[in-house]
Amino acid sequence: MLSNLTLLTFCAVLAVLGLIAFVVARAKALRTRQAGVAMYAQPDQYAWFSVLATAGPAILVGAVGAFVMLLLGAEIPTPYLLAASLVIAAIGLFVGVMQVRPDFHARQAIERVIRLALACAALVSIVTTFGILLSIISEAIRFFQMQSLWDFLTGTTWAPGDSFLAAAGRGGEVESVAQFGSVPLFVGTFIISLIAMLVAIPVGLLAAIYMAEFAPPRIRTLAKPVLEVLAGIPTVVYGFFAAITVAPIIVDFAGFFGLDASYNNALAPGVVMGIMIIPFISSLSDDVINAVPDSMREGSLALGMTKSETIKSVVLPASLPGIISASLLAVSRALGETMIVVMAAGMRPNLTANPLEDMTTVTVRIVAALTGDQEFESAETLSAFALGLVLFVVTLALNMVSVLMIRRFREKYRTNTL
Amino acid sequence: MSQSFDEITAQLRRRHRRSANLKRMSMGALILAAAFLVVFIGDMLVKGLPAFQQAQIQIEVNYSEQAREIPPAAVGDDVRSLVSRGYLRLIPSRMEENPELLGTQRMEWVIADSTVDQYLKGHNSELRPKEKRVVDRLVEQGRAELRFNTTFFTTGDSRMPEMAGIAAAAMGTVMTLIVTMAVCFPVGVMTAVYLEEFAPDNHLTQIIEININNLAAVPSILFGLLGLAVYINFFGVPRSSPLVGGLTLALMTLPVIIIATRTALRSVPDGIRQAAFGVGCSRWQVVRDHVLPLSLPGILTGSIIGMAQAMGETAPLIIVGMVAFIPDVSASFTNAATVMPAQVFTWAGDPSPAFVEKTAGGILVLLAVLITLNATAVLLRKKFERRW
Amino acid sequence: MLNEQTTQAKGQAIDVPTGDSTRTHAPQAGQPGEPVNRNKEANHELSIRVRDLNLWYGEHQALKNINIDIYQKNVTALIGPSGCGKSTFLRCLNRMNDLIKSVRIQGLVEMDGRDVNETKMDEVALRRRVGMVFQKPNPFPKSIYENIAYAPRMHDLVGRKAEQDELVERALRDAGLWNEVKDKLHQPGTSLSGGQQQRLCIARAIAVQPDVILMDEPTSALDPISTATIEDLMDKLKQQFTIVTVTHNMQQAARVADYTAFFHLGELIEYNDTRVMFSNPHIRKTEDYITGRYG
Repeated sequence: MLSNLTLLTFCAVLAVLGLIAFVVARAKALRTRQAGVAMYAQPDQYAWFSVLATAGPAILVGAVGAFVMLLLGAEIPTPYLLAASLVIAAIGLFVGVMQVRPDFHARQAIERVIRLALACAALVSIVTTFGILLSIISEAIRFFQMQSLWDFLTGTTWAPGDSFLAAAGRGGEVESVAQFGSVPLFVGTFIISLIAMLVAIPVGLLAAIYMAEFAPPRIRTLAKPVLEVLAGIPTVVYGFFAAITVAPIIVDFAGFFGLDASYNNALAPGVVMGIMIIPFISSLSDDVINAVPDSMREGSLALGMTKSETIKSVVLPASLPGIISASLLAVSRALGETMIVVMAAGMRPNLTANPLEDMTTVTVRIVAALTGDQEFESAETLSAFALGLVLFVVTLALNMVSVLMIRRFREKYRTNTL
Repeated sequence: MSQSFDEITAQLRRRHRRSANLKRMSMGALILAAAFLVVFIGDMLVKGLPAFQQAQIQIEVNYSEQAREIPPAAVGDDVRSLVSRGYLRLIPSRMEENPELLGTQRMEWVIADSTVDQYLKGHNSELRPKEKRVVDRLVEQGRAELRFNTTFFTTGDSRMPEMAGIAAAAMGTVMTLIVTMAVCFPVGVMTAVYLEEFAPDNHLTQIIEININNLAAVPSILFGLLGLAVYINFFGVPRSSPLVGGLTLALMTLPVIIIATRTALRSVPDGIRQAAFGVGCSRWQVVRDHVLPLSLPGILTGSIIGMAQAMGETAPLIIVGMVAFIPDVSASFTNAATVMPAQVFTWAGDPSPAFVEKTAGGILVLLAVLITLNATAVLLRKKFERRW
Repeated sequence: MLNEQTTQAKGQAIDVPTGDSTRTHAPQAGQPGEPVNRNKEANHELSIRVRDLNLWYGEHQALKNINIDIYQKNVTALIGPSGCGKSTFLRCLNRMNDLIKSVRIQGLVEMDGRDVNETKMDEVALRRRVGMVFQKPNPFPKSIYENIAYAPRMHDLVGRKAEQDELVERALRDAGLWNEVKDKLHQPGTSLSGGQQQRLCIARAIAVQPDVILMDEPTSALDPISTATIEDLMDKLKQQFTIVTVTHNMQQAARVADYTAFFHLGELIEYNDTRVMFSNPHIRKTEDYITGRYG
């Protein structure tokens, strides 16, 4: 492996070479200019071009070499690699200084390089998406080689059980067969998200209506930060709140009515998740409602409608696509929310519709599968990637639909407030 | 055909009443949201503020030869169970450092066991009745009191609540965020500059744009899966390290910074670009000398908000193993570390009241930092807000 | 006659009917501000009486001592250069200015014996009787049918479905739109052309059976043919409704209006019978504007 010292030496040598390139090229350009020859670019630009010519290829070679070593496992001795790239740097220096000629467009060359670098940065986001997709899919495929896809999607028992023992070559000791039927997880996720939406959509939407239509400016400027603070609270904090404060309250409350509630009931994480999503819904809906042109409101008011009738019959129907789109995004958030459910919902896959019982979600099982000390190759660990794949596909679909809806809404009113 | 005002007004009465309902309901919703916040913050304060205080007792410490071998021997039998075991364990090493302590006896204020701490704070405590009487006597003599909890801010995690602190996690957060920002700030700004100022309007550009929006909506836990599969399993980045955590968070924060930077770049009026082109600047010079400086406040604001988001994120870090038990403060990028929210998560797993208090205390610190960051961003935006 | 008007504003010159067609160039300063009432075959019952109306947007005074009488079942046109306050004035008549926070209004706007600005007056009831059509057609994002049926249903003007159908048909017929849309009543209102949309908005306004319809440059966003259709419609609608229209197009005012009021910099310069106004304006400024010397 690279020792820090060699790396440091390499960087130092490279920096010195770069400096030499800068000084020499600049001096040469200045000389040429003083000789009275008109040049295409400024001396500094020639200097920078030389620096680029020196460092660029050298770093590129180093990076490619390191990558080849990692990817292909080819053993290239590190000192050789670094020495090679230093040689290339020296050649680059020579070429760069040679290029300091009156008819050379140094500025254009630099800008081509800069443009290329910017474009490469833009590609990082694409690479990330594909990284997520590929990493999840490849592991999920390994999982489905062990378990049937059909059982995964339709099975009603999630019992990874001792599958890690099987992976460790001790399959004989396993008493029960591991089962990966994910239906209980989907149902749990669905119910908790549903509870969250039942809290978040009415409260968030009404708050947005108040902010956009009724609130005097003073309250608006006061309420916005409040909602922003609510939005900025880390989910782990909400999770703690749900587990320590809300869940016992719900248990007591249910007990008061003679109902039996689990401390890991689905209601607590659902409600708290709803609170978390309120600002999300309200700020998006606020934007959408504000994007409805005032001419709509005036048209209705001029017919002798009251303000609320106008809101209900004209403004809300007009902003409906935007509100639905916001709600879909919120659903996608609720589905992927992890910390609140990890801390407040149960671990036990429980196929039930009773929100007072404990149930578990997709994200809880992902975390559970990856935080133990299991072998990475075990079915349980890999099941996390299968669940992740489902989560990715569902949230991506929700997001796409939401984007399409908001785009249609925007085209309708030709506004750009979103 | 037409009705008088009075007739119409009479008909309207019912409609006005119904209309007032919507206003009341919507106002109620906003108040409800604000009430959630108040209840929530109040709950955290009630649970967490005691964490900033800690019970200390004044006892006689006997730095004998025996204490070097068996630390509990340094204190008297009656108070031995009241002193923090963490403190006792440190006695030998202190004697190593200060040889003159050997053979001396001195009265010292020492950190009390968490049971004493909880008892003094009026919570249920596991102290036995006899021990309670001892503590009561110490209190009467002024030899036991609650003091500001410096331990909480100077130590790492510990199994003993009275010795547990957030310093290791805070350092982990700093190291992780350094990695995050070092990666995602340049890449994010460069991407935004490319998309806004250079990119041709072709399919690839559109794909990148759609992709960035999608990336912003991907559940954070999936970034953890990416980090695990790619960084740890493929590239061999050390598990639990700030390096892998920071790289994972960087990908998550990238869309935030890109979107904020694009908004900031877009708010610079085209007139300025045209003026700069007019005096013969190249596209890059226009961006470097005119557009970027003008949009810098917006970019910084977006970055701070992105950083605050990254700071509060837990789920992907759990997946890449950053929930380790870290007792020592370490400023390394490659050693195992934990971060503030992960520390909160770890403590929250312990149901004992002493750790509930620590959890809420950690949350208060985390919230204070986050609110400060966000307020900074808001102020920055206000200060540099410019109407063209 | 309405001659209790005593407080004549400075610089305000309201045209006094002279009966003959002598050109009067000099402002009629010092004359009592008695609004015109020309002898015409049309009816001259008073609909809205405005006295000493002042309006401020924050610090800026947008209307200065406006005195005007608007007559029933006539078309009154408000003309003047942009920014002269004609639209602002129009919106005072059904209190649409209430929607703007910084507006302050002083003076009397009287309709049916009531001051519309008094606190007891319900602006919703007022707007029920004083409808409005806007500069840009603004059909609701609903079907053509719903665009019209919406308000009468809320006002309890119709009960059964059949009644509602009938009212929609009548409003569309009155607006001259029926034949064009009768087969697509359930398509969205926004699917119509600009001129059709504007007629839909007019149909929507008359379906509530108001007394007065305010039109704020109703044809400025339309092509010439749609404009002509709407002008014909205004001529027809004045049989039933009082129409006050703002226009920047003087030919339009000349074509459709019975009375014309000329606004300039927040003041009402001249108010007269349209024929007099265009053939024989009494005030120099009016003439300059009408002949296109500025505006």
